[in-house]
Amino acid sequence: MATIIVKRPQLAWHEKAFISTLIKGLKITLGHAIKTLSQIIGRKPKVTMEYPEEKWDSNLPEYYRGAPALVTDEQDRERCVSCQLCEFICPPKAIKITPGEIPSDDPWAKVEKRPKEFEIDMIRCIYCGMCEEVCPEQAIYLRKDYAITGLSRKEMVHDKKRLYEIGGKRIGLVNKWNELK
Amino acid sequence: MAAFFANIDLTFLIVSLVKIVGFTFAAVLPLVTVCVYLERRFSAVIQDRVGPNRVGVPLTLLGFKKDVQILGIGGLFQAAADGVKFILKEDFTPKMVNTFYFWLAPCLTVVPALLTCAVLPFGSELNFSFLGLEEPVKAVIADLNVGPLYTFAIASLGVYGIVLAGWASNSKYPFLGGVRSSAQMISYELSLGLSIIPVFMVFGEMNLPKITQFQDAHGWLILPLWGDGLSLGRWVLWIPMLISFLLFTIAMFAETNRLPFDLAECETELVGGYHTEYSSMKFALFFMGEYAAMIIGSGLAVTLFLGGWSIPFAPLLGLDFQAGATPLWLGLLHIGTFFAKVLGFILFFILIRWSLPRFRFDQLMKFGWLFMFEAALANVLLTAVLMIWFPVK
Ligand code: SF4
Ligand code: SF4
Repeated sequence: MATIIVKRPQLAWHEKAFISTLIKGLKITLGHAIKTLSQIIGRKPKVTMEYPEEKWDSNLPEYYRGAPALVTDEQDRERCVSCQLCEFICPPKAIKITPGEIPSDDPWAKVEKRPKEFEIDMIRCIYCGMCEEVCPEQAIYLRKDYAITGLSRKEMVHDKKRLYEIGGKRIGLVNKWNELK
Repeated sequence: MAAFFANIDLTFLIVSLVKIVGFTFAAVLPLVTVCVYLERRFSAVIQDRVGPNRVGVPLTLLGFKKDVQILGIGGLFQAAADGVKFILKEDFTPKMVNTFYFWLAPCLTVVPALLTCAVLPFGSELNFSFLGLEEPVKAVIADLNVGPLYTFAIASLGVYGIVLAGWASNSKYPFLGGVRSSAQMISYELSLGLSIIPVFMVFGEMNLPKITQFQDAHGWLILPLWGDGLSLGRWVLWIPMLISFLLFTIAMFAETNRLPFDLAECETELVGGYHTEYSSMKFALFFMGEYAAMIIGSGLAVTLFLGGWSIPFAPLLGLDFQAGATPLWLGLLHIGTFFAKVLGFILFFILIRWSLPRFRFDQLMKFGWLFMFEAALANVLLTAVLMIWFPVK
């Protein structure tokens, strides 16, 4: 194996004595200080977004993964058939589903199953998007909501109602890779 | 006993008390909070951040439209919020500490730092003739003839606070921090004292107010640009004075435990050094002591080398000091100048802190004993030799 002997840089006396290097360092830090200060005062375009005044919403990228939520289709039917694939794939086990049967007098009786309860614990969720990836019915999507807050653990568990509220309606083919994604 | 009380000059007593309270508690302690705010904001802009800009002067509570901001830089009340936070935190004393010394240590850090304020001339004279005071009030708490000696004597007590904190905490990291700090402070105190001997040789004086008055009339020590300062002798002596200034500044960084010499604290390797075990107000006292020492150090450097309260080019602008005949507004302007200079020096402290990495401990000791000490001694000799040909007065 070829060995490379790394040469130490030869320092001049003024570099060894910290004279020129100190001045160089001060120049760098002062330069940054002045640049950032003029940004704060408003002479230059800002780099830092000051969050609560300025929201992320308009700046989120297309592929942003926010809170997972359930969606209904154009006939307001719950798309989820409670196959529980998402519950099994979810790495931190954030999803808890209680499957339920659709009664035979229901217009959607042929679908047979829908979730009786569907809970996602947003304290556990790591926004990985596995649930969206695995769902055979395109029933669960990661939306762009990012400010999920609550005052208690209980509030942080999104139940079925809340999930449909966030998710809303998804119209179109049940096709994983259509443009509606 | 009655005769004793009758002999006390009541005016003098009241004036001194006002000066002590005014300078120590109404100027230096608030300046500490200003320093903390400056440190946070300045370090933030150096690192391309915004820094604490939320806690404004809450004028909106009083019905105003907007909170006070200078140039759009908010957060002016951050320091007050920090103070309140410290008071509200739990004051926790660990079980294994030596309680008496554990409590004594923070006091021993703050008290010497504040005591050294006494000899700093923070202004020239204040003419209160409209209040019935015949003689103008000198803007220094104690007009001692041994000012700097007093400062060094008291400031070196500060090391006890750190050593006691390190030892009483009964824990590894504070102990290491305390040991390092004592070694460091003792070695740098030597060069700190030696480095300003040339200054006293030039002035022939150890009275800080008189030193400042001389600089006001004859040009600052390292900027002799007016009065007698333009003579050849002053410019020849400028060389040892500059060396002296550099040595003094470096030694002061080490004395006040600031980066690049903050081996006593060293967040990265000693957690927090000597104050690791402290919480709440006791920790805040260490903090205050450190910053107060920094302010006094800057004040001393400004007084000795940068003309103290004197306004640049004062004799040319007609703003110079005339003993006994300085109007009140000029006296106040002098005080303002002093604090402006001190703040400038503190900004330099902060800039250095966020630019330089920390020295290794052996490098630090080597630098202190093998370079600073010798350089300071040689500088004394150089000044003495030069003064044979170029006496100042
Ligand atoms: S959301 Fe999708 S994967 Fe999860 S249970 Fe419902 S249908 Fe199955
Ligand atoms: S995004 Fe990931 S962690 Fe969150 S619910 Fe879906 S699978 Fe679980």
